[in-house]
Amino acid sequence: MALLQIAEPGQSAAPHQHRLAVGIDLGTTNSLVAAVRSGETATLPDEDGQHSLPSIVRYTQDSVEVGALAAQSSAQDPHNTIVSVKRFMGRSLADIQAGKQSFPYEFAASENGLPLFVTPQGQVNPIQVSAEILRPLIARAEKTLGGELQGVVITVPAYFDDAQRQGTKDAASLLGVKVLRLLNEPTAAAIAYGLDSKQEGVIAIYDLGGGTFDISILRLNRGVFEVLATGGDSALGGDDFDHLLQAHMQQVWQLSDIDSLLSRQLLIESRRVKEALTDAAQTEAKVILADGTELTQIVTKAEFDAMIAVLVKKTIASCRRTLRDAGVTTDEVLETVMVGGSTRVPLVREQVEAFFGKPPLTSIDPDRVVAIGAAIQADILVGNKPESDLLLLDVIPLSLGIETMGGLVEKVVSRNTTIPVARAQEFTTFKDGQTAMAFHVVQGERELVADCRSLARFTLKGIPPLAAGAAHIRVTFQVDADGLLSVTAMEKSTGVQSSIQVKPSFGLSDTEIATMLKDSMKHAKEDIGRRMLAEQQVEAARVLESLQAALAKDGDLLTAAERGQIDATMTNVAQVATGDDADAIKQAIEQLDEQTQDFAARRMDNSIRVAFKGQSIDNI
Amino acid sequence: MNYFELFKFSPAFDIDTAVLAERYRELQRAVHPDKFAHDTEQQKLLSVQRTAQVNDGYQTLKDPIRRAEHMLALRGIDLSHETTTVKDTAFLMQQMEWREALEDIRHSVDPQESIDELYQSFAQYRATLTQILTQLLHSSEDEDGLLAADQVRKLKFMAKLHDELTRVEDALLD
Repeated sequence: MALLQIAEPGQSAAPHQHRLAVGIDLGTTNSLVAAVRSGETATLPDEDGQHSLPSIVRYTQDSVEVGALAAQSSAQDPHNTIVSVKRFMGRSLADIQAGKQSFPYEFAASENGLPLFVTPQGQVNPIQVSAEILRPLIARAEKTLGGELQGVVITVPAYFDDAQRQGTKDAASLLGVKVLRLLNEPTAAAIAYGLDSKQEGVIAIYDLGGGTFDISILRLNRGVFEVLATGGDSALGGDDFDHLLQAHMQQVWQLSDIDSLLSRQLLIESRRVKEALTDAAQTEAKVILADGTELTQIVTKAEFDAMIAVLVKKTIASCRRTLRDAGVTTDEVLETVMVGGSTRVPLVREQVEAFFGKPPLTSIDPDRVVAIGAAIQADILVGNKPESDLLLLDVIPLSLGIETMGGLVEKVVSRNTTIPVARAQEFTTFKDGQTAMAFHVVQGERELVADCRSLARFTLKGIPPLAAGAAHIRVTFQVDADGLLSVTAMEKSTGVQSSIQVKPSFGLSDTEIATMLKDSMKHAKEDIGRRMLAEQQVEAARVLESLQAALAKDGDLLTAAERGQIDATMTNVAQVATGDDADAIKQAIEQLDEQTQDFAARRMDNSIRVAFKGQSIDNI
Repeated sequence: MNYFELFKFSPAFDIDTAVLAERYRELQRAVHPDKFAHDTEQQKLLSVQRTAQVNDGYQTLKDPIRRAEHMLALRGIDLSHETTTVKDTAFLMQQMEWREALEDIRHSVDPQESIDELYQSFAQYRATLTQILTQLLHSSEDEDGLLAADQVRKLKFMAKLHDELTRVEDALLD
């Protein structure tokens, strides 16, 4: 019989200690942070009582301004004030410049074609700008909650591709924040709504934000939120309404060849006009030119509706396709939940109501619901609610494929497949003695590589030299619960595991990430060695804590001898972790991992056995 | 991997999909990464792999065509990488007729009516194929297995045709 274990005082965490975790809605226009506190979930205000932080970053000679302060300078200093940075995430500079919209920023390109903003503080990429938006939100949360955060859940549009998701995660990593999960915005809204309403059945989440549109169809069933299908457009949002209004006013006032200062001024006025038309049948647009001339123009709701009708219709077409993918009809949809500030536009509400045949639900605050759902998920993932039966089953929004001969795409994982997912595909060599193979991974629904988004290229090396067609290489594509892809490969006849170098097409290279990390640490006045050691020590503590919890729960799955070995190795990890050799700690953790592999598998099988306990095997 | 075993079903074609969905949720609760968010990296990785398996199993058993394919694969008849095509001339003639009907929709007076009619014909034909398939899969004779494989191939043809019809319908509505 195993003896009871008593931990060294101060060494192990108390079992019911409340861990701090928050949900962050990193929006195109506004960002929010929310947390669960004594059972209540709410967004956290700043010192001035403001909940939303405008997602605007201004770089000056000696400071970085974020939020309302940056917004104030937006009209005067458009070159260095970056708005809607989310629209640049995971995009190449060529992509952006091919678009219709012009930007007041000075751009440069990174080594793999990512856009860089040239600012008085040097070149910054969209990931770094996003990190600047996250920074004050995290500081606000730590101050309000009174401690360091154990982790965050960050929301992303459901329709974000792999590069856009990876970029979002990297932004948090730059700040040294642990991302518990990337959560799809409509799914986050569904959690907040579903837990509140206790509704069961099929619901639709129509999420029109500043820069993105998502439609998700979910089935809610006793705590399980199952996404049936998701669709949308990661480059369509309320911002586009503003741009249409701006173009309209430029035309009416016959303003050609305008500078970026006036352009930004017009854009700000367009947004105001759009918002005014939510309640009014008409409003007056007004700008003052540099020479003092005042221009005014009445804009009616009917005119505005006519301008945006095409875009709204596009979202409805997405709804129709997504419902079909989900295999449900509009009659089966119990409720349509509206999320995102742009769903305040009356035409949007009217069209959604007409399509679904029932008035959409607008009683919940469309601006806060996403952050609140993320906070609920963060609270559970960090371990504050072990008894919770909430479970999210999300899907991959876009198909994953690889390039084959002739620039065609071979689909490996199709869209709306529930994640995590793993698919293996076999390939063979084309020439005798071939030892390497190049792969190109793309994301999208079209048949030609050129019409899909390039995700990554990787080269398989170390294939044993055999006759053409004799080597069988099994490549496994795995998409985790964050919707992120990883690839592993193995040559089947020899069992040789091939090495893979994945080079993200629109993401950062490893060297770029390393440089950015170094830069971020320069500011924090830390040295890398110390940080590495601290990270390993935290990791060791985490591993020991998790394992202790696992042993307390499932220790009876081990024999006394096995248990003895694991205990000894754990003691070793604890001891090495008190030293200052980061590599030694890493090795000790790896050794413990190796030793507990079998235990981990047994726990998983046991978990399945317990789930089916009491269920009879039918049809026998 | 035998997905019928994973979901505790005996390998039969006509399974209760409501029970399947219920078991899927139970399995997910047991293996999903969210349930191991606070566990060791190793346990998390294992959980991702196991959940991927559960997801694939559910998708396989839920879809009649994939379920039939899986049953046949378990009996040693692998349809997933084959190049064999249907040789039934009557069936192929019918396919050609339907494809022509698809082409004609654009020029039809009431396209939506033509689309609805086609949907109905497809559904009827599929129901017949599925009925035959169910009977064949009940038998454990090798010969019936091969005949069942033929029905599955035909059902795959029908699924493709159905996809093309929805594409035509989309083009019409957008």
